Amino acid sequence: MKKLQVKQLETDVLIIGGGTAGCYAALTIRENAKAGVIIAEKANIKRSGCLAAGVNAINAYIVKGQTPDDYVDYAAKDADQIVRGDLLLTMSQGLNRVTKKLEDLGLVILKDDNGDYVARGNRNIKINGENIKPILADAVNGLDQVQVLNQVNVIDYIVQDNQILGAFALGVEDECFYIIKAKAVICATGGAAGLYKPNNPGFSRHKMWYPPFNTGAGYAMGIRAGAEMTTFEMRFIALRCKDTIAPTGTIAQGVGAKQVNSKGTVYETKYGITTSERVYGTVKENQEGRGPCYLRTEGITAVQDEELKKAYLNMAPSQTLKWLESGKNPSQQNVEIEGTEPYIVGGHTASGYWVDTKRETTIKGLFAAGDVAGGCPQKYVTGALVEGEIAAKAAVDFIANQAVSDRAWDEAAHTKAKKNQVESILNHENPIFSTAELEEAMQKVMDTYAGGIGNNYQFNEKQLELADEKIDQILTLSEGLSAADMHELLFVYELKERLIICKSVIAHLRARKETRWHSFAENLDYPEKSAAWLKYVNSKQIDGKLTMIYRDLVKRGETFEHRN
Amino acid sequence: MSIAINQKTCVGCKKCLSVCPGTLIKLNQEGKAFIKYPKDCWGCSSCIKECQAKAIDFYLGADIGGRGSRMQVEMKADQVIWKITETDGTIHVIEINPKASNQY
Ligand SMILES: Cc1cc2nc3c(=O)[nH]c(=O)nc-3n(C[C@H](O)[C@H](O)[C@H](O)COP(=O)(O)OP(=O)(O)OC[C@H]3O[C@@H](n4cnc5c(N)ncnc54)[C@H](O)[C@@H]3O)c2cc1C
Ligand code: SF4
Ligand code: SF4
Repeated sequence: MKKLQVKQLETDVLIIGGGTAGCYAALTIRENAKAGVIIAEKANIKRSGCLAAGVNAINAYIVKGQTPDDYVDYAAKDADQIVRGDLLLTMSQGLNRVTKKLEDLGLVILKDDNGDYVARGNRNIKINGENIKPILADAVNGLDQVQVLNQVNVIDYIVQDNQILGAFALGVEDECFYIIKAKAVICATGGAAGLYKPNNPGFSRHKMWYPPFNTGAGYAMGIRAGAEMTTFEMRFIALRCKDTIAPTGTIAQGVGAKQVNSKGTVYETKYGITTSERVYGTVKENQEGRGPCYLRTEGITAVQDEELKKAYLNMAPSQTLKWLESGKNPSQQNVEIEGTEPYIVGGHTASGYWVDTKRETTIKGLFAAGDVAGGCPQKYVTGALVEGEIAAKAAVDFIANQAVSDRAWDEAAHTKAKKNQVESILNHENPIFSTAELEEAMQKVMDTYAGGIGNNYQFNEKQLELADEKIDQILTLSEGLSAADMHELLFVYELKERLIICKSVIAHLRARKETRWHSFAENLDYPEKSAAWLKYVNSKQIDGKLTMIYRDLVKRGETFEHRN
Repeated sequence: MSIAINQKTCVGCKKCLSVCPGTLIKLNQEGKAFIKYPKDCWGCSSCIKECQAKAIDFYLGADIGGRGSRMQVEMKADQVIWKITETDGTIHVIEINPKASNQY
């Protein structure tokens, strides 16, 4: 009988996920309060999460001549109004402040002769983002009273009477079961990749855009604990360089390359230029026999070639490797593009926790920031930082206003049950299926019946019904999985998280009976959009059952706060 | 997408183990690093940036058009030097000033 050693820790604020938002939350707490902080990070904060390889630009910045309100309007238009005006505004108002702070910490930002940041289009500024994560990590590692637990993966919240009391975690390297008690918790685990069959399902299955290690733990833990979630039906599908799945913005905006089909025709005018329309146009051109599609780089200058290669080394080195290996520079060969598999990511679209303006979730004392928080798309790096800042300040306030006696809980019973569950997976014998096999099964179901790449991102009601049924079957099978070591145990938990999220995605796709966004949520039984659906589709697990909740839009100028 | 670790050059410093965002690299019984889950590699290049012994090669999987070239990088305070070696021995070197911003 394999048993795990137990480690008990206690702190004021537990930050789950030491990525973009999580690191910034820790910095903010230390600047504003004496509260103790623990960051539990499944990898190592130096290079974990979205920023691991570097990023190409600051995508969310209020450039000269623009205002935070303009940013709200832009994001609302791109998502065809299914956004929270209050969250977008509070986020937009902080973008330039956190950018300055990043620069002070050491991020290189391009400036003109007057010392002003050089804009790339209406909302971006140019940087060298290769070391953005080490910069944040160094700042965090230098803080007093902030304990960073690297390679500690959180698997569940401790919640009693709808109040957060801490979390359970697995030490993957030290082979321990962690019980971390906290007065407030900030969830910053990022979004979810790996739900759908990926672009490259074989050897390079993890050569995807979103980090394959962001498996959506934060969403799944929230769903399990009965938190209200929003807009899971607004999936994010990125348009990326074929094979390497490297970002395209640097080429499109940097050298002004247009999307063209195989006949050389620019097709964006036909479909529109919102994020989802750009993906949809590419899918359509392929479907109608005019693929493949490209970014038209042929004819750019030799200097542009060299600058592009450098820019990609600073954020997606595989693309530069590809150019060099193929012996053809972008000036000699257009860059082929494709849509990725759908992700759930609240920093690009609006899926995630239903939060108020303080980024508090519907669970008391639990805050959410970054890609895991809903309602506020187009956050990107700087928006995640702002949300980390807002959540951190709110968590500190929450602790100050909370009576200690509120926090009694039946520790022995809670802990024993969870530890037994974990250990039972380590001790299951002779399972028929492996975690990898069930993951493949899940991704195939999602691809075939819930609008994956294989189905041009489209689905109908019957297919969604089948998807739900089949994911249920895999959920049942996942109960029999076994793990020989801690890493395999992690794989089991990651799969279970993804299955829970798949259930929610399917339920949300079924609930929104319209097609508001092509490709992101394209329901062939309801191919038109309808004003009746100018509302949020939310969900909450009540007594083990996912219940849909419909809410009126919170427009710019309005705010939503939790009652009670 | 993956990496290949040359066990003869690896000095067992464990830096790549600790930095990988997927914790995919482990030490074998001889104290040398190996990638335990090659198919799980994201291709983020964090490990090659850590390895001062230059024991790790980064390459593109054949399924995404890889042709067998190997990439390494040397991180210096004032210079990041990327080196790509093709199968026929052709070497490309790209030097980047970490204090200079992307132009795009
Ligand atoms: C490849 C790529 C390129 C991008 N390029 C740009 C760009 O150029 N410009 C721009 O503005 N934006 C860019 N973005 C978007 C931006 O990086 C993200 O929106 C932002 O970083 C998200 O921050 P986050 O804190 O929510 O997530 P992350 O930074 O990913 O942090 C999540 C953290 O949680 C950890 N974690 C997950 N689960 C657990 C668990 N169970 N227990 C403990 N820890 C856990 C992860 O390891 C990770 O460290 C890019 C994103 C990607 C993926
Ligand atoms: S960083 Fe290099 S030398 Fe150190 S353990 Fe890894 S492969 Fe070996
Ligand atoms: S490239 Fe990134 S994901 Fe792959 S082994 Fe190296 S550090 Fe890990």
